[in-house]
Amino acid sequence: MNSKLKVSRFDPETMGSGQRRWDEFEMDLHPSATVLDALIQIREEVDGTLALRCACRASICGSCGMRVNGEAKLVCKTRIADVAEEGATIVIEPMGNHGIIKDLVVSLDPFFDKVRQVDPYLQPDAEPEQGEFVVNNDSMENLLTAMNCIMCGACVSDCTVLEVDEAFIGPAALAKAWRFVEDPRDDQRDERLKELNEVEGGIWDCTRCFKCVEVCPKDVAPMDRIMEMRDMAIEAGNRNTSGYRHTESFSKSVKKHGRLDEARLAVESAGYTNIPRLIDLAEIGVKSVLKGKMPPIVPHKADENEKITRIFERVESERNT
Amino acid sequence: MKFAFYPGCVARGAGPELFDSAVAVMDRLGIEWVELTGASCTGAGVLQEKDQKLGDILNIRTLAMAEQLGLPVMTICSTCQGVMAQADRRVRKDADYLEEINGYLAEEGLSYSGNTTVKHLLWVLVEDIGVETLKKTFVKELSGVNLAPFYGCYIVRPSDALGFDENPERQTSLETVIESVGGNVVDFPGKTACCGFPILLINQRNSLRMVANHTGTASELGADAMVTPCPLCHLNLDGYQPKARRQNNRGKADLPIIHLPQLLGLAMGMDAKELGLGKHLVNTKDIIGKVESIPVAS
Repeated sequence: MNSKLKVSRFDPETMGSGQRRWDEFEMDLHPSATVLDALIQIREEVDGTLALRCACRASICGSCGMRVNGEAKLVCKTRIADVAEEGATIVIEPMGNHGIIKDLVVSLDPFFDKVRQVDPYLQPDAEPEQGEFVVNNDSMENLLTAMNCIMCGACVSDCTVLEVDEAFIGPAALAKAWRFVEDPRDDQRDERLKELNEVEGGIWDCTRCFKCVEVCPKDVAPMDRIMEMRDMAIEAGNRNTSGYRHTESFSKSVKKHGRLDEARLAVESAGYTNIPRLIDLAEIGVKSVLKGKMPPIVPHKADENEKITRIFERVESERNT
Repeated sequence: MKFAFYPGCVARGAGPELFDSAVAVMDRLGIEWVELTGASCTGAGVLQEKDQKLGDILNIRTLAMAEQLGLPVMTICSTCQGVMAQADRRVRKDADYLEEINGYLAEEGLSYSGNTTVKHLLWVLVEDIGVETLKKTFVKELSGVNLAPFYGCYIVRPSDALGFDENPERQTSLETVIESVGGNVVDFPGKTACCGFPILLINQRNSLRMVANHTGTASELGADAMVTPCPLCHLNLDGYQPKARRQNNRGKADLPIIHLPQLLGLAMGMDAKELGLGKHLVNTKDIIGKVESIPVAS
């Protein structure tokens, strides 16, 4: 099939940081060709200076993460026919949120620094009695989801928080943290959760945008792991964050009224003693009132909201037993 | 065409102009509706981080109420759309789980069997009404008006809960609607990104950086306004834009953020005040002026 590839180029020897050049290649490819096949063909037959990273060609090694039409993908797993109609242009760029070394090759140093930040190794308190740890099958199957991670960086590339804050630990490293929090052989669970709860760029900074879930080629679903750790951190007694207050206030409101009480949610998330944030909220509140819109002081309720309260009570009592 | 209408908490709370404009537009489109006044909040993903099953019970309860009425659910909130669709997908994939969930609804005489769907008004426009019929309800062609789409995360991800395989047109539905009113689509990469609202009350600095980036980029590309089908995005992009712009030193003027039904209403020739365009925190008078200067087609 006829395909047009528009490839982002960067040469550190002749270009300044942030600059790029677009090269276009038109080629005839087999219908089952992958984006990686096309790039290798360009390098071998058209332009030997094109830099790209790849190894296994079977979505195992995690080397060939790139952005294809704006979305992070393993290019060895991405067929041309699945991302573009015959003759349409395919845009190929290096991954986002990573420094570019050359053309399509990015630096993974910050990526692995973040992974190291979460102490990605088991920390048992004592040697196992029988010379090895015996773990039941269910707990290992649980870990498999996150253990499938091949460290390709796709989730980091498209993370909407990392785009605005490089201190965020990020989806890959937080999924790795979850893997050790959940491992029955590890004895630092509470310490890990406390750290992830409090550290700058920890679990509460995720926006729940689903980008990492969408682009992960291995179904690790980092965001789901982060959400689980929020609940675990709260259950372990970490109640000192606005994230905790936000979740609690939200839940309380829906339980009581069936609906969300936006005004109370804003105030309770800030915390009743957080004067600067309360002044800030008051400013928006006053502006809204002047424009003729403001959440009602008496919260709006669902009809027969006591039925919703009963569902909450039943689920909560089951959870506590 | 009749729907069980689920407006969502914001349309019924902090964003009344969305509810009012949606109802006015639905009337013109000949959409009949009955509001699900007994339905709960979807949990918006927040409740789900605490207890996903609890969230699923509440959302399946809403779907069961619509099923009892024999109607599909229609919402005007991207977040509600996504959260309800995710719950629906989970019970459709797992019959035992559905039975467990139904166990919590039995007391109310409710039970869900998968015989309804949940659809955002945006999808109803392109799928059920169709662009040609939709265009017949417009009296103005908004040519020369530059509009940037902003979807809201949960109406685009996770894609396998949103029926994109069967209905690929959903992925470009907002651009389709902007084109149908005659506007120019200002395409930009942030259109499917996060607006920052979920962390507004947790990490305001990051949240406002997102607001500044998206509205700043759209403005730099020449947008007169941004259009969104998500009232949560609207709260952040409209309410916090002046502060976000100041803090991040981005752009010279604020970009009006328009709810999807307000855009339709403008093309239908409705009064800007009736559509609640005066209730936004970012001033909308320039975009209103631009639309009002366009004569009604004869």
